[in-house]
Amino acid sequence: MTDSAAILAKPAALEARRSGLLRRLRYLEPSNLLWVLLVAALLFLVAVPIGKLLIVSFEEQGTGAFTLSNYATAYGRARYLEALGNSLMLGALSSLFSVVFAVPMAWAVSRTDMPGKGFTWAMVMGAFIMPPYLGAVGWILLAGPNSGFLNQAWSWLTGIEAPLVNVYSFTGLALVIALHSFPLIFIFVKSALDLISSEMEDAANILGAGTLTAMRKVTLPLVWPAVLGGIIVVFLETVALFGTPAIIGIPARINVVTTQLWQFFEYPVRVEVAAAYAMPLLLITIGMIAVQKLLLARKGFVSQTGKGGERRPIRLGGWRWALLGYCVFVGALSVLMPLAVLLQASFAKAWGRGLSFSNLTLDNYAYLLFRHEMALTSIWNTLWFSAAAATAAVIIAVLVAYIVARRLVPFGSALGFLAMAPFVIPGIVMAIGFYAAYAAPPVALYGTALIIILAFTARFLPIAFANSSAAVRAVHPEMEEASRILGGGRLLTIRRITAPLISRSLIGGWLIVFIVASRELSAAVFLVGPRTRTMAVLLYDLSEAGNFEVLAAFGGLLLAITLVLVAIGMKLAGRDFMLRRN
Amino acid sequence: MPRLTLKGLGKAYGPLKVVDNVDLTLEEGEFVSLLGPSGCGKTTTLRMIAGFIEPTEGSITMNGEVLSAPGAVLPPERRRMSMIFQSYAIWPNMTVAENVGFGLKLQKLPGAEVKARIGRILEVVKMSHLADRYPAELSGGQQQRVALARAIVVQPSVLLLDEPLSNLDANLREEMRFEIRRLHDEFRITTVYVTHDQAEAMATADRIAVMNAGRIEQVDAPHLIYTRPRTRFVAAFIGRTNLLEGRLANGEIGLDGFALRAAQLGGAVPDSARPILLSVRPQSMALHRTPPVAREGHPLLPATVSQRTYLGESWDYVVRPQESGLQLRVTAPPLQVHEVGEKVWLEFDPQQIAVVN
Repeated sequence: MTDSAAILAKPAALEARRSGLLRRLRYLEPSNLLWVLLVAALLFLVAVPIGKLLIVSFEEQGTGAFTLSNYATAYGRARYLEALGNSLMLGALSSLFSVVFAVPMAWAVSRTDMPGKGFTWAMVMGAFIMPPYLGAVGWILLAGPNSGFLNQAWSWLTGIEAPLVNVYSFTGLALVIALHSFPLIFIFVKSALDLISSEMEDAANILGAGTLTAMRKVTLPLVWPAVLGGIIVVFLETVALFGTPAIIGIPARINVVTTQLWQFFEYPVRVEVAAAYAMPLLLITIGMIAVQKLLLARKGFVSQTGKGGERRPIRLGGWRWALLGYCVFVGALSVLMPLAVLLQASFAKAWGRGLSFSNLTLDNYAYLLFRHEMALTSIWNTLWFSAAAATAAVIIAVLVAYIVARRLVPFGSALGFLAMAPFVIPGIVMAIGFYAAYAAPPVALYGTALIIILAFTARFLPIAFANSSAAVRAVHPEMEEASRILGGGRLLTIRRITAPLISRSLIGGWLIVFIVASRELSAAVFLVGPRTRTMAVLLYDLSEAGNFEVLAAFGGLLLAITLVLVAIGMKLAGRDFMLRRN
Repeated sequence: MPRLTLKGLGKAYGPLKVVDNVDLTLEEGEFVSLLGPSGCGKTTTLRMIAGFIEPTEGSITMNGEVLSAPGAVLPPERRRMSMIFQSYAIWPNMTVAENVGFGLKLQKLPGAEVKARIGRILEVVKMSHLADRYPAELSGGQQQRVALARAIVVQPSVLLLDEPLSNLDANLREEMRFEIRRLHDEFRITTVYVTHDQAEAMATADRIAVMNAGRIEQVDAPHLIYTRPRTRFVAAFIGRTNLLEGRLANGEIGLDGFALRAAQLGGAVPDSARPILLSVRPQSMALHRTPPVAREGHPLLPATVSQRTYLGESWDYVVRPQESGLQLRVTAPPLQVHEVGEKVWLEFDPQQIAVVN
């Protein structure tokens, strides 16, 4: 580009003699070089681990010869097949519970005059940012069959010895999972409801339909694709979830795919069998995402008229208090109660003895911060792994997003596709892929910080990409052109115009990746070495040890770190920066 | 010396020619409007002048220096032009003054001069009191003024405007039209103005280049575009008109049921046996209740009113001359009321009738 003036000055005859190759070389701008680098990075992060996973599943351990025996082993025992069935049922049941929790809340917040919307919003947000395995620990304290607070209270009230609720059951497991995944459906449904103007309902009313009929025949059908999309996402999250099934399911002897995969990784590590066993997870995810795309692409369902039409809240009269009661109930189950017992336990000498001054202690925290050999290291690991992964993911994402949005190179959309691909790969599958591809020599990354950072980067690249791409697309190309025509080159324009305009959303995206990475368990648990444990992994270790007071205190630390980050994010990028649907 | 020359300029995307063999020359300080329906290639032409799009044919030169040719495009930032965009493209992260001063700072002018010139131009566009505001706090018209100031303050060699008024409401659009022309009269910057709105083009431009399907159909002063359209497209696109087909014989153009003397028409009549097309503007005919005093060369026909529409500023009548299958639209002042079915006399003014190709 810089030499075009010199070329322009040359006589036309000379210019004409320039060969096609030279001319093409001149067009090899820095952006094309960048394109090559990005393709390499994305192949390394996404394509190689998944490809390696596929290959390894057909390899004999040690020799690397082709074999089908891994599949025979993986699907040859009733116990393994049962785990597969359990995962599917668990996914279905938690999706169902999530819908029951989320849809009334979304409707209440979006369409009605229910009071306490801010509180409801805070509860959903809380359920979303609380790591699911912490909620699981909370519910063990609440609904453990013998000593759980709820059961204690029940027998104290009624004198009945048999427990009221038991968290160590299939339904209990599904409920605890749903209490932390319903925010996904809430976000989907609420944003769909937000797009429906009151005139849609008015049109039904004027033709003779009452409030309920209008809701049943008009409103709900319009948001049905959103509900379905939410169900699919919750289903996929559930079948790929490791923490909650491990903490609740293993003591309850409920085996699911993810916990079974974990067992394949216990000594001796059978990564080939694990790879074969992970295939259904991968296929189900890809299949369901495809189904969701098809469903949402169907015409006639989406009523996105954009603006136009005012939106009036529906007047509920006395019913609004009933609805608020429901929201408070869900909020209590998902956030308030687990949080309360966790905090209580973290400051208690023995959590079962309840709230009393003599039971109060700071020793759990002191033990973790000053005497525990791994706790501080794991906090430090978590912070810097997450920061590094978030930085790498956002840098790759924003470069890809910019190149795709501005069509700087041909086939740029292939880059976008690669950056979004991890979206259909469950974290646990990704981790096994990384293990298979990079743990062993010649790369030999096992036990290093790098392999965890890379896995986190790959796993959360789609989040960063969706965020960056929205940010870049929000900057009208004319914003940049206005700078260029006034004399600013492309780089100056990016520095002075584009970067300041997208920096806020990028910070938001960075924080989201940081937060989800800092609590990520399923990808980390397969990749950590003795010195690279993260907080999430250490928390899981503590839960296996069964010391709930220390466990709760450590959860408190993790939550405190998350809350600080969320607060920073809300300050910098807006109140709902994490709950925006994109 | 002509400043900006487009020669045989073309842009094709695959087999699709978006701009086709465009020739246009702008004199120093001239204001030319590219006018045409959407998709006619006017914006592509403008963006080629700016350097955002590379032409596939022809060239753009400035004072003899080639700016754009296939394979050799001087990047926009080195053309010393400025541009006003449809979206205004006011940077929301900068104040009004920072927006306006951006181009000056890029020219590495001393701080004092930058400040003085920002102050002066904001005064010209009547925005001095809002210099420290952010764009989000401005109305659409004010943002437009910032865009104007930002583009003019750098004293560009060419000012480009891409449908700058299409996002404004009707009143503001009219006001800004005169504002743009006033600024041009003050600074005499060579200007290319793209619009699909003929009133905008008429009010602002020295010359209008009417574009259609990638080609320039006609370049002329606004009143000539209207009164002497040279092609069927221009006649039909600019204002309203009646297009009549006739044949030249013995110095007379024979039309359906009557004839006009060729010598009396405004403009030359091609001497050929082929049918010729006449553009008869609704204003170039008059309606009379009783036969008026016949004027030399003003044909007079008995006719019947078949439709009428009241438009406020005028009546729009459709009349049918007797012994003719023609339907003609005629404009009449608001007080001249005729009923449908009424017999009237239709008088032509040959001076206002144009021959089109």
